[in-house]
Amino acid sequence: MRKKYQQFKDSYFLYSFKNDKVAMLSFVVLLIFLFLALAAPFISPMNPYDAENIDIMNSEIPPMWVEDGTSEFPLGTDNQGRDMLSTMLYGLRTSIIIGLGAVALQAFIGIVVGLMAGYLGGKTDALLMRLADIQFSFPYLMVAIFMSAIFQMAFGLGSFERLAIPLLTIIIGLSNWPMFARTIRASVMGEKTKEYVEAARVIGLPQTTIMFRHVLPNSLTSVMVISTIQVANAIMSEAALSFLGLGMPVTKPSLGSLIRAGQEYFFSGSWWITVFPGIWLVIFVLVINLLGDWLRDVLNPKLYKG
Amino acid sequence: MSHLLEVRDLEVKFALRFGDITAIDGVSFTLDKGERLGLVGESGAGKSVTGFSIINLISKPGFISRGSIHFEGEKISEYSDSKMRRIRGNRISMIFQDPMMTLNPVFTIGFQMIETLRAHRKITKADARAIALEKLKKVHIPSPEQRLDQYPHEMSGGMRQRIIIAISLLADPAIIIADEPTTALDVTIQAEIMDLLQELCETDQMGLILITHDLGVVSQVTEKIAVMYAGKIIEFGPTEQVVHSPVHPYTIGLIGSIPGSMAPGEDLKQIPGMMPTLTDIPPGCAFNPRCELREDICTRETPVLEEKQNGIKAACHMR
Amino acid sequence: MVAFIIRRMIQALIVMLVISMVGFSIKNNIGDPVRDLVGERVTPEEREQIAQDMGLNDPFLIQYTRFVRQALKGDLGRSFLYNKPNLEVILKHAPATIELLIGTALIIIFVSLPLGVQSALKPKSILSRFTMSFSTLGVSMPVFLTAILLIYLFAVHWQVLPSYGRGETVDVFGNGYWMSGFLTIDGLKHLILPCVSLSSIMLPLFIRLIRSEMMEVLETEYIKYAWAKGLSPRRVWMVHAFKNTLLPVVTVFGVQMGIAFAFTLLTELVFQWQGVGFMFLEAVQRADISLLIAYLVIVASVFVLVNTFVDILYGFINPTVRIAGTK
Repeated sequence: MRKKYQQFKDSYFLYSFKNDKVAMLSFVVLLIFLFLALAAPFISPMNPYDAENIDIMNSEIPPMWVEDGTSEFPLGTDNQGRDMLSTMLYGLRTSIIIGLGAVALQAFIGIVVGLMAGYLGGKTDALLMRLADIQFSFPYLMVAIFMSAIFQMAFGLGSFERLAIPLLTIIIGLSNWPMFARTIRASVMGEKTKEYVEAARVIGLPQTTIMFRHVLPNSLTSVMVISTIQVANAIMSEAALSFLGLGMPVTKPSLGSLIRAGQEYFFSGSWWITVFPGIWLVIFVLVINLLGDWLRDVLNPKLYKG
Repeated sequence: MSHLLEVRDLEVKFALRFGDITAIDGVSFTLDKGERLGLVGESGAGKSVTGFSIINLISKPGFISRGSIHFEGEKISEYSDSKMRRIRGNRISMIFQDPMMTLNPVFTIGFQMIETLRAHRKITKADARAIALEKLKKVHIPSPEQRLDQYPHEMSGGMRQRIIIAISLLADPAIIIADEPTTALDVTIQAEIMDLLQELCETDQMGLILITHDLGVVSQVTEKIAVMYAGKIIEFGPTEQVVHSPVHPYTIGLIGSIPGSMAPGEDLKQIPGMMPTLTDIPPGCAFNPRCELREDICTRETPVLEEKQNGIKAACHMR
Repeated sequence: MVAFIIRRMIQALIVMLVISMVGFSIKNNIGDPVRDLVGERVTPEEREQIAQDMGLNDPFLIQYTRFVRQALKGDLGRSFLYNKPNLEVILKHAPATIELLIGTALIIIFVSLPLGVQSALKPKSILSRFTMSFSTLGVSMPVFLTAILLIYLFAVHWQVLPSYGRGETVDVFGNGYWMSGFLTIDGLKHLILPCVSLSSIMLPLFIRLIRSEMMEVLETEYIKYAWAKGLSPRRVWMVHAFKNTLLPVVTVFGVQMGIAFAFTLLTELVFQWQGVGFMFLEAVQRADISLLIAYLVIVASVFVLVNTFVDILYGFINPTVRIAGTK
């Protein structure tokens, strides 16, 4: 353990990180966001998802530094009277839960499919990749939108709202797994020809063991690189779905639904309902993208240039 | 006496993050009209870089740090890029190693040939096409008319290399620099291509600089040989002499390691160790760690290229 | 080559079949076609009779084949929301979205090509660095946020451009099917903000793609050989490097237009743009399953067709693919 820690400390990974101010700053910001999301129930002034806390008379109060604002609602309130700060914290939390959950699901499906296709080859490969390609030929956002619309109509608005978080996670998860499958498959096909795989086969290890315990760990770098992009995509997808009204319901808003709600009031003066969640969303996705860029550069041996 | 091409004390460095490293350390040679010179050495010895320096195409971050290159009396090493362009492909042509990678896959052969001519001459497409056809015939390509409209991937490796040679002949250059022209080809095709090069140089009196690690090839085609090691020329002389009675211990080792050079039953001679990388060149003679004849002076003083015997120059303290 | 084309088309056909089947089974299980036809005020006995007449009690496969046959004849059901045949509703809304996509495509082509090429040729220049930073930001901003921001700046604050709708449109064919905004100044003005918003998400990707493809191409042996032949920089960059870069970029363009289509939903919502996206969202809100499924089938088919077409087109452009017949 100690040795691994020492290896890590000495590694190029850490060196590159410390030298890259953008990466470090992004990482710090990301940690802050994660902390805020985790601690949301504890640090927010009120629970915006609990209807009892909301008084419609409080709606559209501006942030406290503007005339008419109060310190009770530091960032103002939205059109239903919810405290902006609390709603944003809870919304961030929801977005992260869905984003990470969806990517976990995508990764799971994609890795299993990609591993099997890449390692087993032949007909399995042809069939699985055909499926992936077909789904891939439709933009994943479109797939997510369709699924969401159909689920809403099938389950009715009420059930949909109650099950929103897991449902959205599944929807976004199912819409973008082909990306993972393709990446893993390419990586596995490269690993397949290496000697350690042949050695494992000669010893007589069963295929699943070889696939999961030997080949998979070596293919993980490519997974790590696309994971960051996928998380950013998932979060944007959730925001998009919520903005369209196909995501988080108005009673449990996420950042996207806040922006939607704020749009009507934006031009009539209550800009904070749209602007604050907007800024948070952009910064959050931005740091994820920046970190993803850095990760990609670090893990890509081709780019070890002077 | 003025030579067609003269390389004087050429030094090429690469500017890397942690400092400059020397890839070519004081190389000099001359080439006259119709002369065929072989530049021999292992990968990394600096032969390709020498070839590229002549037409100033060294990959960044390389640069000429000392010395000069003269062509037809002009100091071309100081030419601006636009002046150099008039020489490249026109007066001095270069042939690269792998014909599949050298031809642009999305353009036809005809396109790539005609554009070369039109880059250097004011002629019509029709005239250029006629010249292209003529050159294709010169390199013995069957059905040249059809080839002009084909794409590179539709041809075999040997045919592609012939086309590259044809392209290099388009402007009737004075010198052809061939960088490992046969390494990527089958052995049987290799011989054909080398014969072709030799024939062309003889009939048109073109100078040839043949860059290769293959001693067999170089001994058949060239008139004089320069052997390079770790960025320096360590032996230089008429091909026949160098191959049959080499002077420098490294060359002796090289010649001795050609399969077939030993009597049946004898072991192939091998030189122990490896050529140093550019960052690890030992002081004194770069070859000294691997040399049987090494003495104290070899580890201190760098030997200079000087006349030894049979018209051969070598850089060695001990011979 | 011919084998390749045939294979691709068969694949396309199979996919469309599967999609239509999926779409149909959803429609069957969720929707209420009887209500779509006659509304709510009908007695249970009359409903049963109508259902029988409509063949709603027939086995699945028979209903499905009927559905396909009708679809091929152009009958995709009727929208209960608009009270018109679905196909007509969709076709009348389509031009608005198509014009949006065309405008966006034009912006993308004319902006990303020069910027991408420039940042590949001179990666350290100020313009290149600026472009790359902006592109990371562009990817992180959701299209609807950009749209709102643009509306605020140009429509509310500076008041130079309209904030919603399509403006003045011209009836191109005279039958109400293609209302074009391209033919009037007012229509064009209305197109600007939506197209710019939509392209803001796609430009970063294209610029980066062109840049990285071109940088890779510039390192190849054949480009080095082009230099060795003494060709001018303009020729090496703009003819050789450019064509080799363009090939992979063109394939991506097709895919990206598909993604742009997904984003049109968001854009149409913000700008109240009466395209198919807007229509879709209304259908969802008012639970018009019939229209929704018709939309699904049509959109999916269009995707399949376009993808197939792009694949075949790529086979024509890229000479190395022709003989092998595979990607």
